[in-house]
Amino acid sequence: QVAPAAGTRFHQDRAKNHPILLSHTNALNSRSELYSPLCECVCSDVCFLSQVKKLVYVYLVRYAEEQQDLALLSISTFQRGLKDPNQLIRASALRVLSSIRVTIIVPIMMLAIKEAASDMSPYVRKTAAHAIPKLHSLDPEQKDQLIEVIEKLLADKTTLVAGSVVMAFEEVCPDRIDLIHKNYRKLCNLLIDVEEWGQVVIINMLTRYARTQFLNPNINESLLEESSEKAFYASDDEEDEDKKAEAATLAKRKPYVMDPDHRLLLRNTKPLLQSRNAAVVMAVAQLYFHLAPKAEVGIIAKALVRLMRSHSEVQYVVLQNVATMTIKRRGMFEPYLKSFYIRSTDPTQIKILKLEVLTNLANETNISTILREFQTYIKSMDKDFVAASIQAIGRCATNIGEVRDTCLNGLVQLLSNRDELVVAESVVVIKKLLQMQPEQHSDIIKHMAKLIDNIQVPMARASILWLIGEYCEHVPKIAPDVLRNMAKTFTNEEDIVKLQIINLAAKLYLTNSKQTKLLTQYVLNLAKYDQNYDIRDRARFIRQLIVPTDKSGALSKYAKKLFLALKPAPVLQSTFKDRDHFQLGSLSHLLNAKAAGYQELPDWPESAPDPSVRNVEVKDSVCARRTVLTGPEESDSGSGSESASASDESGSGSESEESREETESEDEEEDEEKEKKRKKRLDKTKAKKPAEESAERCTIAPSGSIKMYELLHRITGEGLAVEYCFSRQPFSPDPNMVAVQIQFTNNTNSETKNLHIEEPRLQSGMRIREFTEIGLQPSGESVTVVMGIDFCDSTQAANFQLCTHTRKFFVSIQPPVGELMTPVFLTENDFKKEQGKLMGMNEISEKLMLGEKCVNEHVIVERVTATANLSRVPCGSEKECRFAGKTVSSGCLVLVTVPTKEGGGAQLTVNCEKMLIGTLLVKDIMQALSQ
Amino acid sequence: MIHSLFLVNASGDIFLEKHWKSVVSRSVCDYFFEALERATEPENVPPVIPTPHHYLINVLRHRIYFVAVIQSEVPPLFVIEFLHRVVDTFQDYFGVCTEAAIKDNVVVVYELLEEMLDNGFPLATESNILKELIKPPTILRTVVNTITGSTNVGEQLPTGQLSVVPWRRTGVKYTNNEAYFDVIEEIDAIIDKSGSTITAEIQGVIDACVKLTGMPDLTLSFMNPRLLDDVSFHPCVRFKRWEAERILSFIPPDGNFRLLSYHVSSQNLVAIPVYVKHNISFREGSSQGRFELTLGPKQTMGKAVESVLVSSQLPRGVLNANLNPSQGTYTFDPVTKLLSWDVGKINPQKLPSLKGSMSLQAGASKPDENPTINIQFKIQQLAISGLKVNRLDMYGEKYKPFKGIKYMTKAGKFQVRT
Repeated sequence: QVAPAAGTRFHQDRAKNHPILLSHTNALNSRSELYSPLCECVCSDVCFLSQVKKLVYVYLVRYAEEQQDLALLSISTFQRGLKDPNQLIRASALRVLSSIRVTIIVPIMMLAIKEAASDMSPYVRKTAAHAIPKLHSLDPEQKDQLIEVIEKLLADKTTLVAGSVVMAFEEVCPDRIDLIHKNYRKLCNLLIDVEEWGQVVIINMLTRYARTQFLNPNINESLLEESSEKAFYASDDEEDEDKKAEAATLAKRKPYVMDPDHRLLLRNTKPLLQSRNAAVVMAVAQLYFHLAPKAEVGIIAKALVRLMRSHSEVQYVVLQNVATMTIKRRGMFEPYLKSFYIRSTDPTQIKILKLEVLTNLANETNISTILREFQTYIKSMDKDFVAASIQAIGRCATNIGEVRDTCLNGLVQLLSNRDELVVAESVVVIKKLLQMQPEQHSDIIKHMAKLIDNIQVPMARASILWLIGEYCEHVPKIAPDVLRNMAKTFTNEEDIVKLQIINLAAKLYLTNSKQTKLLTQYVLNLAKYDQNYDIRDRARFIRQLIVPTDKSGALSKYAKKLFLALKPAPVLQSTFKDRDHFQLGSLSHLLNAKAAGYQELPDWPESAPDPSVRNVEVKDSVCARRTVLTGPEESDSGSGSESASASDESGSGSESEESREETESEDEEEDEEKEKKRKKRLDKTKAKKPAEESAERCTIAPSGSIKMYELLHRITGEGLAVEYCFSRQPFSPDPNMVAVQIQFTNNTNSETKNLHIEEPRLQSGMRIREFTEIGLQPSGESVTVVMGIDFCDSTQAANFQLCTHTRKFFVSIQPPVGELMTPVFLTENDFKKEQGKLMGMNEISEKLMLGEKCVNEHVIVERVTATANLSRVPCGSEKECRFAGKTVSSGCLVLVTVPTKEGGGAQLTVNCEKMLIGTLLVKDIMQALSQ
Repeated sequence: MIHSLFLVNASGDIFLEKHWKSVVSRSVCDYFFEALERATEPENVPPVIPTPHHYLINVLRHRIYFVAVIQSEVPPLFVIEFLHRVVDTFQDYFGVCTEAAIKDNVVVVYELLEEMLDNGFPLATESNILKELIKPPTILRTVVNTITGSTNVGEQLPTGQLSVVPWRRTGVKYTNNEAYFDVIEEIDAIIDKSGSTITAEIQGVIDACVKLTGMPDLTLSFMNPRLLDDVSFHPCVRFKRWEAERILSFIPPDGNFRLLSYHVSSQNLVAIPVYVKHNISFREGSSQGRFELTLGPKQTMGKAVESVLVSSQLPRGVLNANLNPSQGTYTFDPVTKLLSWDVGKINPQKLPSLKGSMSLQAGASKPDENPTINIQFKIQQLAISGLKVNRLDMYGEKYKPFKGIKYMTKAGKFQVRT
């Protein structure tokens, strides 16, 4: 009725009709008669975003599948829209075009997406990212091409795009982890500024990523835990214990050092716990649960408890996850125990989940408060909840031995409750508890036997019968009587009760055949003609087993053993146990079943994959700009070291700003890049004209190649940026220490005060000589100080806290092996003599191919001295380079020989008493030379 | 992600559906109706219901079920949070979120849903961006629209989506520049039979109504920021400044928004502003029960306790209650057994009380459960935790705004066990 009218009038009065039209779009019947004027309408309108069109689009998208030909009429308009100068029009044209589910236009869509992916406007690129999953679901064969687009968009640096493209990644190719490597650090850094929905998707993806790329931070603890547990439970098995202990010490010897990228992820997600969006908080919580070291997981508890104030649906999901967490890390939620107390107004499903959490949290110290709380719950009007409370009490009782008797007494009192459901539930729980120590509780069993006349709930009746049968020696007088009563009502019982009656009969027959022989026969006869085949079956089987006949088999001898064997007590455990193999917060975890499209959370790798895959290639122009030579005299100097300044020294002011931005990625550079740069620098030296040099503003840094490492990023340091380098100068207050030069830059608007070091956490033997406290650092200024660290000739990191008047930051300095030594000057003869002493085990030798650019001796010297703080030893032969140094802490000699051969081959020999240092050094120099 | 959305009213009818990908048949909701039937109370429907091919995630707000259809793995909270955002948006647009309001504004509803999700992934959920795209209906506009046939779809392009502060539109103008902040604290407590506190905590929010011209940059500081134990912010708040200086620094969204919600650290003892003396007893054998309830103020810092409302779910065995309130009115619903007593203001000189008898089902045994008492109240001009705003400064604009701060304490989930 409306449709034809709307159709005819449409052209004259489009605007008036569309509300009517739209209100019918939810009706399922397709309005084909309306469709064609509509499509024409799309084409004829001049203004792209006119109001009518908006609604027509909704309609168009909704019915395109059913009216394909007509939908095609409108395509050309969108294609025109894609070229519009206004970015918003381009974006919405792409959005509608990609929403039309018609296979014929797949190539057009593909083209549009590809074009939009390289659009100037981030908003259009975002729309392109949204369009990818649409096209993928329409035509999965386009996957390969779409992955290319995803790869391109992943490299995008804007926050607008990040969330949408990761979403597309998750839908199209979630297993292509390799696409993430290069973008990992960028995603971590952008995360806080991405819109909230994107954050959830990115965090979930990064959780999976981190599981494949980093080592388990709890590896040592879990080993230790296991071994202690084993030792506790199986103390007689000493051999096993020893093995475990050995494993634990082995793990200790190999201390875990967290990958800085792993730390970056944890650090950058932490503020998001403060998000107002529950989904974001949950995503961070699961990330910490799955990835963080045990000591740090605790911080998520507070945020999760906060979510419990939210809508009941949110509570439901959060409690499910908390329940799983409490099983594995109980301590985390113990301070918040009271937040899980149940209110009478909570919906039943929430109450039951809270009970679960409370039960999981129960331990020796808090059990009395929890039990008191449970007592009030039992009086509730909500019967399902009461039943769950009784089960919870049962679980507490099994888990905590001290309160077992108290619980049992409490439950026995419940047997006189007026509500049958309560009694039945108590019976079931008591049965389980009694199985643990039946001897002491024969009076309870007697009490239960009396109850059988009153209780009607089948499960409870069955439980009582089983108890009497199992412990018939404890109640020898009552048991036959119960059987007599049950035989009378056998035909009217439920199936589970019948089965238990048969069981009871069989057990009594075996222990007390005189009194019960006839009764048993009677019951078995009744069962023989039962309707249920299970019961008939059981009766036949038991008769054969217990009643001796002439052809009874060998088994009947063992009947007593079969029926009256000691049965292990049941373990009452949480239904949430082991649910954590699903990624927390996921749909699959909630349902405890794999949902469609669920990506397994991978196990931690045994050994970490190469972390360098995450290094980002910095554009050459940037490198060149950032590392500027200080002057030719440096490269001529004896140590062959060069100097580059760490501060911005670019020629023009406009560039300097850019280069400051780039310092963020400085730590991401790899050695290869360093080498490239160094090479470039060298090339530049040769080409450089004196005039140019004088034009450069240079801060001359201390001698040696200055590679600045980042100690504290200016974002995490809240404006305080800290960099450090190994200045390679002797540390005068203590010659056994390595001098570390630290540069503080205050980027905030206010002064920073009292910069100092606190609480060094060092490996044994390591020492730190702190720099004197910096009293006041004005805003915008940089200060450089030198501190000394005795690394004990190991590459272990020195951890400490950097404190300002307001904040403390945990930082760590890890030295490259080459920085642990100082140059020693030796003559050729001395060198040979010393080398002779350090043969055999102390000599490490490797063959290598020199890199393309290692053409002459000069370059080799350059590279070796850049890698390690050594000095060159004069040498007669041109085909051999020798270097000498000693370790800073213990003064062991380090001798390096590099003889070169024709055709780029070379042999690298390192002689050092400290074999570890030698091995590490060989590795580093090899890498430097072979590039 | 989110495939479709169905809106189901209290009587179990689907009155609106929206599909973002291909069309999913209505029959998928049958699984939801099954679960609805099984649940004893409306809020006991499980939020996630698996079906053979889809998963249904639903939220219940204003007696309407919002049922989202999901086809593959997605964090359930993601969907739940989004659905709540949809409801909040409807409320923002239409004032109320009822079936009638949605039906009246069906066009706007469809436009909103279309903009909020693209292919099932949230696109624009920020109320400011949406308002730029789709104008909220007003009486005048409705009249104009019916006459001229135009709609609420905005004429401008949604430039807000491109902005670095997506929560604020550019070019906002007001003649009166004002910024109001309400500090509202809620006490959640469970009080034991004997009157001792089992658990009590304070949750607070700061709701703001900011109507300022241009792009103001506000900072709000507290006298005692240490009180705040756990906070969550509106995205506009600069987290770094909070961490470093405990100052809220932000460019506010236009209009009403929740700036901050917080939890007061649990070490501090929570002042409980009211006490309840109760004597509810049933005697064995007789069909009568006694009911006595007296309320009194306690630790109110000299402020009056207002809008007190006491409610209690009496045991099923109670047939009727014959009570006598010293002030206010009471009602007892014999079907739901819900007793509620609207007390009003507590006068410390003359404490309000409710006394009388309950008649029980003849022959039935005495109920063994005792009802819990839920109390609601309000205290104006007081933040019970002692939180105080120090000052509010504005940067970036020249004019002088009018500033106002209001404190209020309310009962959250305040229960007394008997």
